[in-house]
Amino acid sequence: MPSLLITGADLLGRGAADVLVEDGVITEVGSIRSARGADVLDADGLVALPGLVDLHTHLREPGREDAETIASGAAAAAVGGFTAVLAMANTDPVTDTAEAAERILDLGRTTGLVDVIPVGAVTKSLAGEELAELGLMHRSRARTTVFSDDGRCVHDARVMRRALEYVRAFGGVVSQHAQDPHLAGPQACAHEGELSGRLGLPGWPGVAEESVVARDVMLARHTGSRVHVAHVSTAGTVEVVRWAKAQGIAVTAEVTPHHLVLTTDLLAGYDPTFKVNPPLRPQEDVDALRAALADGTIDAVATDHAPHARQDKEHAFVDAAFGMLGLETALAVVSDVMVGSGLLDWAGVARVMSQAPARIAGLGTHGGALEVGDAAHITLVDPTAELTVDRGASLSLSRNNPWHGRMLRGAVHATVFGGRVTAQKGALA
Amino acid sequence: MSTSARPLAPPHRRVRRHLLSSADLDRSQVRAILDTAAEMHGVQQREVKKLPTLRGRTVVNLFFEDSTRTRSSFEIAGKWLSADVINISGKGSSTSKGESLRDTVMTVAAMGVDALVVRHHASGAAHQVSQWVDAHVVNAGDGTHEHPTQALLDAYTMERRLGDLEGRHVVIVGDLTHSRVVRSNLITLRTLGARVTLVAPPTLMPSGIGAWSQADGFDLSHDLDAVLPTADAVMMLRVQRERMSGGFFPTPREYTVGYGLTRPRLDALMAANADAVICHPGPMNRGLEISPDAADAASSLVLDQVSAGVAVRMSVLYHLLAGNDEGEDS
Repeated sequence: MPSLLITGADLLGRGAADVLVEDGVITEVGSIRSARGADVLDADGLVALPGLVDLHTHLREPGREDAETIASGAAAAAVGGFTAVLAMANTDPVTDTAEAAERILDLGRTTGLVDVIPVGAVTKSLAGEELAELGLMHRSRARTTVFSDDGRCVHDARVMRRALEYVRAFGGVVSQHAQDPHLAGPQACAHEGELSGRLGLPGWPGVAEESVVARDVMLARHTGSRVHVAHVSTAGTVEVVRWAKAQGIAVTAEVTPHHLVLTTDLLAGYDPTFKVNPPLRPQEDVDALRAALADGTIDAVATDHAPHARQDKEHAFVDAAFGMLGLETALAVVSDVMVGSGLLDWAGVARVMSQAPARIAGLGTHGGALEVGDAAHITLVDPTAELTVDRGASLSLSRNNPWHGRMLRGAVHATVFGGRVTAQKGALA
Repeated sequence: MSTSARPLAPPHRRVRRHLLSSADLDRSQVRAILDTAAEMHGVQQREVKKLPTLRGRTVVNLFFEDSTRTRSSFEIAGKWLSADVINISGKGSSTSKGESLRDTVMTVAAMGVDALVVRHHASGAAHQVSQWVDAHVVNAGDGTHEHPTQALLDAYTMERRLGDLEGRHVVIVGDLTHSRVVRSNLITLRTLGARVTLVAPPTLMPSGIGAWSQADGFDLSHDLDAVLPTADAVMMLRVQRERMSGGFFPTPREYTVGYGLTRPRLDALMAANADAVICHPGPMNRGLEISPDAADAASSLVLDQVSAGVAVRMSVLYHLLAGNDEGEDS
């Protein structure tokens, strides 16, 4: 592999420098006159971030390869600036064994585009009853560290307690999809409020999330374990997490790009593109989530990239599948809404989209600070590029893209994974 | 030989392409539909009921949810206007892999249909269908959202007994959360200037109803006895017994005591206003939300509602189809 010289990039917003990459590692940072035989990537005017890490994707393989494969999801991730993605366990079959986890790891490696890290199921078949083989998944080549029944909540308090206690032995973490099934059942599909009442859509009240998060942080305190809250969607959950952190409880939290921007009023046209779980919330919640991401109460942005085949979305709203695409647009959304508003600087973006998620998932080679000796996972961002999202241009196999037609300021210019350029300007390199 | 003694008033020029929500109709449009319905009602009394108005047009009743009453009403309405009417029942839930709602609808539309009358268990279904097809779409009930022709026939029936509804007080009682009838009635009654009070236990009121009532100008109450004396019309909604398993109220007996139109309440209503009327969109749970005395009282409009249903649906089909020959949107 030839060496790579990236010239003139603003490193995490701390100032422009050149970066030399040799054998997949950053070997020199500063003013580099020349590097013999190196490919040169002119990054003047661009911001360099440590490669982005996504704690929450659904790559659909195995089981629904018509909606996404590990290869197509990895391609979308690379174009979106990611160098590592965690693949949720709710595939068919479920990732609840060491063998299943290793297969996903291996399929990810063959793409050569990003590290695909399998998330293990907390319970067998995601049934919420018996613990899956958490320890064997961790001992496997996949070194599974993050466990989640995402798509479903581990709602039995006793099962959640045992899972939290058990994974503590090897530094694991449970990522909880917080949804009390009695307060928000399978039909619940719209934020419970005036609009859901008018539209006649089954309500998904914020308290169904908040009450589970409140319980889980108390379980984490009781067991001395750490817990991660997936896709925080309400101001109430932010309050609970803020309180828990103040108590010293080991809780981390993520927010999706869509919950930072899109609001429940988009449901007025009954377009299932905007059907997602947890549902889009009102502006007050959106504002609270942005503030919490800025002040560190919420640690990370995670996409919850959820591709679906057309035939699973083109139903009546309550019958359509939950979820929306996110990998290719996440950086642009965060740039537009968080950097554009001054809530985060580029060092902050590096924190919430790379360093914090890498730390939560225990990914040692990701989430650095672009310093000598770091693995060369680098995302170059053009902060002034204006991107109008076109769902047809996606590398995902699916088209359930809620950002279609929107203009976002800030775009991924190129992605470097292990010293190799994997994507440039919306296409694979 | 013409079967019509005199020509119908021309269709309202601004009635939209579809009838998806009661909010699609402003006051003059509601007025036009109700006036035409009165003419149609006259036709209904004749021995030969058919009008040639929609000859050569095809109306498909696409029902994803069983409803013999509404389907029959639309079927008769279409046939008396000389349209070709076809009934298609869709599968119940289509969440399984395979044919999507869009596939089903496009398949039917591809046969060359002028109007689709859509009934679906899911809120918003008619709205979605209207975005996929060229045909006119009439919402014949979508989930717990709306049922605009029911609201029109309710208004028609009440007007015939009460006269102009402007300033009249209509009290709607029952399972508001799960009722598409109430959402459409609220809109149409407010459009006609009526005063509306909704009565239910808090567990059967839609979420956010407080803000909604303030924005749209209607009243809420949990005390039926307090509002009955000022009512000109009382509309009792069906309460499904299965709601009990969801814990919305403790027992049918307790519901009836709190919110049923019982004999004593009927007497109180009549004592306060001898001209007050009683409506129920059916099917009735006699003994639960409405006592037999109330259902069969002289003040009950239940059968008039059914009869008006055909005339109102004839009028709706007439205004949508006869007025939009070129299918221009508005």
